Amino acid sequence: MRTGPALVVGAAVVLAGVALAGLHVNAYVYFAGYVILQYVVIATAWNILGGYAGYVNFGTPAFFALGAYTAVFLIRSLQAPLPVLIVAGGLVAALLGLGIGYLTLRLRGTFFSIATLALAVVLQTMIINWEYVGGSRGISVLRPSGPPFGSYVTFLFTVMVGLAVVAVMVARFIERSWIGRGLAALRDNEEAAECMGVPTLRLKLFATTVSGFLLGVAGAPFPYYVTFVEPNSAFAIDYAVNALAMPMIGGTTSWIGPVIGAVLLGTAQQLATVTISSELNLFIVGVVLVAFVVLAPEGILGLVRRWRGR
Amino acid sequence: MASRLVVEGVEAGYGAVRVLHGVSMEVREGETVALLGTNGNGKSTLIKCIMGIVTPQAGAIYLEVDGARIDLVRKPTEAIVSLGIALVPEGRRLFPKLTVEENLLLGAFRREARAAIDANLAFCFECFPVLLGRRRQLAGSMSGGEQQMLALARALMSSPRMLLVDEPSVGLAPILVSRVIAKIKELKEQRHLTVLMAEQNFNQATKIADRGYIIVHGKIEFEGRSAQELRENELVKKYYLGV
Repeated sequence: MRTGPALVVGAAVVLAGVALAGLHVNAYVYFAGYVILQYVVIATAWNILGGYAGYVNFGTPAFFALGAYTAVFLIRSLQAPLPVLIVAGGLVAALLGLGIGYLTLRLRGTFFSIATLALAVVLQTMIINWEYVGGSRGISVLRPSGPPFGSYVTFLFTVMVGLAVVAVMVARFIERSWIGRGLAALRDNEEAAECMGVPTLRLKLFATTVSGFLLGVAGAPFPYYVTFVEPNSAFAIDYAVNALAMPMIGGTTSWIGPVIGAVLLGTAQQLATVTISSELNLFIVGVVLVAFVVLAPEGILGLVRRWRGR
Repeated sequence: MASRLVVEGVEAGYGAVRVLHGVSMEVREGETVALLGTNGNGKSTLIKCIMGIVTPQAGAIYLEVDGARIDLVRKPTEAIVSLGIALVPEGRRLFPKLTVEENLLLGAFRREARAAIDANLAFCFECFPVLLGRRRQLAGSMSGGEQQMLALARALMSSPRMLLVDEPSVGLAPILVSRVIAKIKELKEQRHLTVLMAEQNFNQATKIADRGYIIVHGKIEFEGRSAQELRENELVKKYYLGV
């Protein structure tokens, strides 16, 4: 699929989202749909760094929560509108990504992952001690009255459809460009990439920044979605685990992998939440992830490829 | 365009360990220069200094193009590649999980090289027919000899003027070493390259070298103005033949 047709498909997805929002089916559908789409953005963003460049990031909650708390701050201080929150949340998280990129340049493989793990802990501690955005008790956020259309949840659902499409487009563009080729080289053999004159440093910074931006974007509408933000939910370990598990299950080498993973796993978790308990969510991820690592280490995409005999 | 690579009094090492002690040498346009020495004498470190992968603690490395001096020290590797210097790294350093074709394309990562990518790809496949048949195969699944050929081809993808070849004979059967060495000579003539080859296989290297240096414990101990001089000097007998 070339870029032209891909844009058409993207637009069609957005229109389908708007149409679904106009249908006024059970409100829970939009609620659950929002979470699944949010995971499409998160998984796609994670995969730009983790899948394409091979740098496993355990700090997803830090970026997500930074997007969310940037929004909280801007809502409280300026009553800023949603588009501003999304862009600002993305930019602040991108800045964190760039900073982390610089700080962890010398760390490779597992050591990078450990550093990102610490990042979420540090940031959460800072938020807990910052009363203005609610501290450890959390903060209530009032939704602006009168969304552009429908109820506020259907509106947010539509916004998330748009964000998911943008995130996937960005990932797809990167994957097919020279940047993607350079990232693949980095993933496969960083030393060799350096020897060949691939600007590994710049590429890594690019990947951490773009990945951070999209994770922040995913978190920015979160305060309006939940209306009550507190550190434990914004920094939930679910984000770290899902961000990693979804691309792994779908397949990390292509943009479609994280989408497949997020939709399958996200839907399974939402179903489990309604039918059994949300406590099961991480358990499901764990079981599925172990199964995939053992049986299909290249995810569903790898299975499809093997089945086609490629 | 007359160019010359000059290394002057380079001292370099890793952490507290000094590997190179004031190494000076030069490679003039159109030459094939051998840098000879057994394991652990600093051949690869010198090559890495030239490529900007290791930063020397002292000394100068520069490229002289039509009298103008371009310093290479502290330049990032990508800038050095852009100057027309390409490396065939020691141990090949391929991208094992990428295909042969993807490996080749990565050799042309710098923007200027992308313009000539089709012509260079065609040249590589013509020159290395075995790669054409395996273009969709993963590089890591090929034999050692084929991998060395791929590493050579990949370096050519950036349209270099100068090729640095670091130990092309490592891990290859003697017959393959001969083939690789012959291929380097052939490529050099076809593409008018300048070649600096670090090698410990003395006999093979002196087959194609115009002249060369012998490096011992991080110092240039002998400069041979011809392959003949290299072959006849005493150090070789001492270090290689144990006489």
